[in-house]
Amino acid sequence: MKELKLDEKTYFNKISFPSFERIKKGPVAIIECIEDIPCNPCETICKFGAIKVGFPITNLPILDEEKCTGCGRCVPVCPGLAIFVLDYNFNEKDCLLTIPYEFLPLPEEDEKVKCLDRDGKFVCDGKIIKVIPPERNAMTAIISFAFPKKYYNKIRSFKR
Amino acid sequence: MEEKDLVIIGGGPAGLCSAISARKKGIDVLIIDENLRPGGQLFKQIHRFFGSKEHMAGVRGFIIGEKLLKEVKELGVEVWLNSIAYGIFKDKIIGVIKDGKNTHIKAKSIIISTGATENPLSFPNWTLPGVMGAGACQTMINIHRVLPGKKVLMIGSGNVGLIVSYQLLQAGAEVVGIVEIMPKIGGYLVHAAKIKRFGVPIYLSTTILEGVGKDEIKGAVICPVDENFKPIIKRKKYIDVDLICIAVGLTPLNELLYQAGCLFTYKGYLGGLVALHNENMETTVENIFVAGDCSGIEEASTAMEEGKLAGIAASEKIRNKKWEEEKEEIRKHLNDFRIGTFGEKRKLSKEEIIKEYYERIKT
Repeated sequence: MKELKLDEKTYFNKISFPSFERIKKGPVAIIECIEDIPCNPCETICKFGAIKVGFPITNLPILDEEKCTGCGRCVPVCPGLAIFVLDYNFNEKDCLLTIPYEFLPLPEEDEKVKCLDRDGKFVCDGKIIKVIPPERNAMTAIISFAFPKKYYNKIRSFKR
Repeated sequence: MEEKDLVIIGGGPAGLCSAISARKKGIDVLIIDENLRPGGQLFKQIHRFFGSKEHMAGVRGFIIGEKLLKEVKELGVEVWLNSIAYGIFKDKIIGVIKDGKNTHIKAKSIIISTGATENPLSFPNWTLPGVMGAGACQTMINIHRVLPGKKVLMIGSGNVGLIVSYQLLQAGAEVVGIVEIMPKIGGYLVHAAKIKRFGVPIYLSTTILEGVGKDEIKGAVICPVDENFKPIIKRKKYIDVDLICIAVGLTPLNELLYQAGCLFTYKGYLGGLVALHNENMETTVENIFVAGDCSGIEEASTAMEEGKLAGIAASEKIRNKKWEEEKEEIRKHLNDFRIGTFGEKRKLSKEEIIKEYYERIKT
């Protein structure tokens, strides 16, 4: 049966994906929003002016990779749960991905997890590094988890 | 018989907003709602809404619902709950079953904001327990906290199907798949991505052939379709499920508008037959207004704006005043929402409705 497939190609050339040079410099937002949705909280929340939607608000968000500090304030406000922050230099081996997470129970820091790609397929093992509980961001928890750098553009979620 | 300036039938997002805007104009308002709590579908919307800052973007639906209820209470709007408005008769007399007893109320003006109903989909065994509308399922998991199934098949990949699938995952169910008869998904890709990344398959060009089970649903047979939507039977597949959710669109709930004698038109992009109305949301029957999904299926955000518009317009007539600037501001907000792939078509349909209103009101 024909299935909807999602991977890095789904977003290739359709989003303002940060350049690899920028990714190597440190934390940066990755916005996987490729449809003309009338929505702009990411633009409103960014105090560095790094995300531009403009008018009409169906424009796709454009990331100014030099202005983005990877602070992650845009992560919980996106109603589409489509913004992540990638820290490529988390340590020598691993990168760190920060995602919005709306499931209970929450994982615990240092917990081992199975990292999944955009289709929910298992890719590799990973580890939960940081959990910001849901109360802090209007009921959206923010989870940061680490996994091998080579999968930085593949992994988008985890299962326990 | 009791008399009211303005009676609003249906206390969802449109009805609540129209009550608030009319009450602010000093109008005596009554809301009639058949449920035990007003708010319509808002309280089961646990996800964040799209939009901009001015339109409470990023706020979860039920939070918006709580805010509206608080405002309605503070303004002293009268609300009849557990009350079914069953008919609109001559001289705007409304028949209501209130707490099981028949009563009548006379209104100077009526706003009908009755919302919509889920479309059914028939297939063998669709009457068995274990087949339900996705919206009903959403009410069960998010309002009543009851999980109606553990292994779920969702039929339809519009935003309702995608969002309810995600919320079923949140509620602890396994969603074994979503089937979509079209070759592409009906809803937004971001909603699909949210469930894909947890491993839920979305089958395209696929339909359900039958539910399987004797006393309740135990499984389903799904099957790919060809370009003419004909099932390719030799490729059918059985899957174990105990719940089949139907998310194949909504139809405006507009019987009261028919009964009141309003003229209708057919608009496919708005969910079917809808009452003609002008730029004030007034139907072809003077002093009967319409707002929200029953005037065409859209979203809570547009329902709220239409409600405000109808509330002010009804107040203008009751008070014999004009608040044109306020109405113009609301129309601007409505246009802000009606953009993009989905919004643009609805905007055109709404414009056609207003045009047809003026053509047919003359004759």
